[in-house]
Amino acid sequence: MSEPAIPIGVPQRTNPVSVLAQGASAVRNALFPMIAIFFGSGSRGYSVMLALGIGVLVIAVGTLRSYIRWRRLTYTVGQEDIRVESGVLSRAARSVPYDRIQDVSLEQALIPRLFGLVEVRFETGAGGKDELKLAFLRESEGEALRELVRAQKDGAGIAVPEASGAGEASGDGVATLEAASEVLFAMPPKRLVTFGLFEFSLAVFAVLAGLAQYADTFAGIELWDPDLWMEWLAGPGDWIAHLGPMAQVISAIAGLVTLFVVGSVTGLVRTVLRDWGFVLERTAKGFRRRRGLLTRTDVVMPAHRVQALEIGTRMIRRRFGWHGLKFVSLAQDAGGASHDVAPFAKLGELAPIVTAAGFAMPPDDLDWQRSSKSYRNAGMWIDAIIPSLLGLVLLGIALLTDSDTLGGRWWVALIPFAIGMFLALRQFFLWRYARNAIDDRQLYRRSGWLAPSTAIANRVKLQSVEIAQGPLARLRGYATLHLGLAGGSFVIAGLPLDRAQQLRAAILDSISATDFSELT
Amino acid sequence: MEELTSLDPRYVTVVRIRTALATLPILIAAFVLEGADILPFGVVIAPVILLAAFIIFRIPLRRYSARGYSMGEDRLRVVRGLLFRSDTVVPFGRVQHIDVDQGPLERAFGLSTLTVHTAGTHNASVHLPGLASDDAVAMREEIRAHIKRETL
Repeated sequence: MSEPAIPIGVPQRTNPVSVLAQGASAVRNALFPMIAIFFGSGSRGYSVMLALGIGVLVIAVGTLRSYIRWRRLTYTVGQEDIRVESGVLSRAARSVPYDRIQDVSLEQALIPRLFGLVEVRFETGAGGKDELKLAFLRESEGEALRELVRAQKDGAGIAVPEASGAGEASGDGVATLEAASEVLFAMPPKRLVTFGLFEFSLAVFAVLAGLAQYADTFAGIELWDPDLWMEWLAGPGDWIAHLGPMAQVISAIAGLVTLFVVGSVTGLVRTVLRDWGFVLERTAKGFRRRRGLLTRTDVVMPAHRVQALEIGTRMIRRRFGWHGLKFVSLAQDAGGASHDVAPFAKLGELAPIVTAAGFAMPPDDLDWQRSSKSYRNAGMWIDAIIPSLLGLVLLGIALLTDSDTLGGRWWVALIPFAIGMFLALRQFFLWRYARNAIDDRQLYRRSGWLAPSTAIANRVKLQSVEIAQGPLARLRGYATLHLGLAGGSFVIAGLPLDRAQQLRAAILDSISATDFSELT
Repeated sequence: MEELTSLDPRYVTVVRIRTALATLPILIAAFVLEGADILPFGVVIAPVILLAAFIIFRIPLRRYSARGYSMGEDRLRVVRGLLFRSDTVVPFGRVQHIDVDQGPLERAFGLSTLTVHTAGTHNASVHLPGLASDDAVAMREEIRAHIKRETL
């Protein structure tokens, strides 16, 4: 495999095969109109021809569009920036300086992958649609471009020792990362299956409901019409009513079991699709994460861009000691603000990743502090009073009217009180488990009752500090500390006022000692 | 903590004019309702005018006294809020860029708003309105000089 050297300062097109790949993606777009036409025209003999014709048309138009777009899009790798010029009628030119590129990620969806193509994304922290991306380049071109951006970013002087240190790096002047990398975390299939089982999800039912809605509108089957079901129960479904209570209980249990199985399988499938072959490596330049079964993604995060860490878990998996680790940074991960670096791991496995990111796990002798008790009491009262008011209104109605409105079931009015009690109890436990701590380098916050999570921020990497107080907070002497964190939020609620001021003074002293330019 | 500096007193007038403009539609509606002669005289107009007077004259004054700032050696502190107090500190070393803005009303009174932008998601931009224009520019220069010194 000869790795193509990328010419500097010359406008280039993306790979011509991308036209085919995008055309193939248009097949998916053609599917729904085809089905709609087929059924819409009454499924008669000519319907098939008509549907096929429409399908071919949609694909042809899609391919033509991607061809024109491909003709009109050029990218230039310059000395200081990457420029992309695009647009058919109105032209747009965008330039992204290397300094502002947070990381370069490579993504392969199923179809481009078959063609050996890759989508290159330049993360600048602009987020979502504003990110610059090139679809598609050849895999080797993508890799080369990434290396080049990285080399440009750091200046050629730094890139050279990399190349010699890499030893057997391909001799075309571009240092490859693989040679110097060390695997920090990987999920073999067995771990992935365990993870998938914990990712119980009922999303499939939402999808089914959506499809039902679709059938409702397009096929004229009114799923939500009670008459349909009454008829079915009276006719073919009649046997259910004759089964007797025992059989009904059994079928209810069977239903629950089905729900459980379907939920687990959904979770498993989703997890395997997303996290197949999950590998997190520590390379010379930062972290590199690869994952995905059909759509493979390859993300590189420079270690110094990591602003804070989040260690989280869920209610059930926590009992088995499983935790997840996320990096907070300005760049965005697919669907989330933070990067999943170890979604399912034991705490012992997380520690080396945390260290590699330049952070430290909370030490055992850390001085954890609780939030203010007045804050807890205020929260408990508020959460108890609001449902109770509703309960009082219901009770009033039940007593004053001849209890007709509630059909004699006055105890219904007690439900809001129970909810209020539960919420107050929840506040109590949330307070019990919420802690905060500070040491020489880091700020820690622990929160959550059944699914506790820990956030760790570097004192120096914070941007601003705010103490906020509502009317109640001022009366009772507590405050909320908001910390400006690039790419995330770090809030400690309900601190006693003097503790909040102490924390602020300490953090500000560390911030002032280091300028922003030394951070990035 | 160091003493807070008050904003320019002209800021009160600016806020009053702004609030008056905002309450104008409600006042007009009240007058129209009064003119329609449905209710006895003064039932609508009297409380509306009293409330408007309170909002236009009293609240801006209280807001003004609740606001304040202080320029430290290496940090800017901005305090604001009547019911919901907030006390924000932005170290100069974390300022990304600085804006000095003037709306038409502010320009008429010779005031400016200083905005410092940070890289944080929370408090991405911290506004400090009601500064005399000269002060705002001087503060901007001071913060900028500080950033430059640290970077070089």
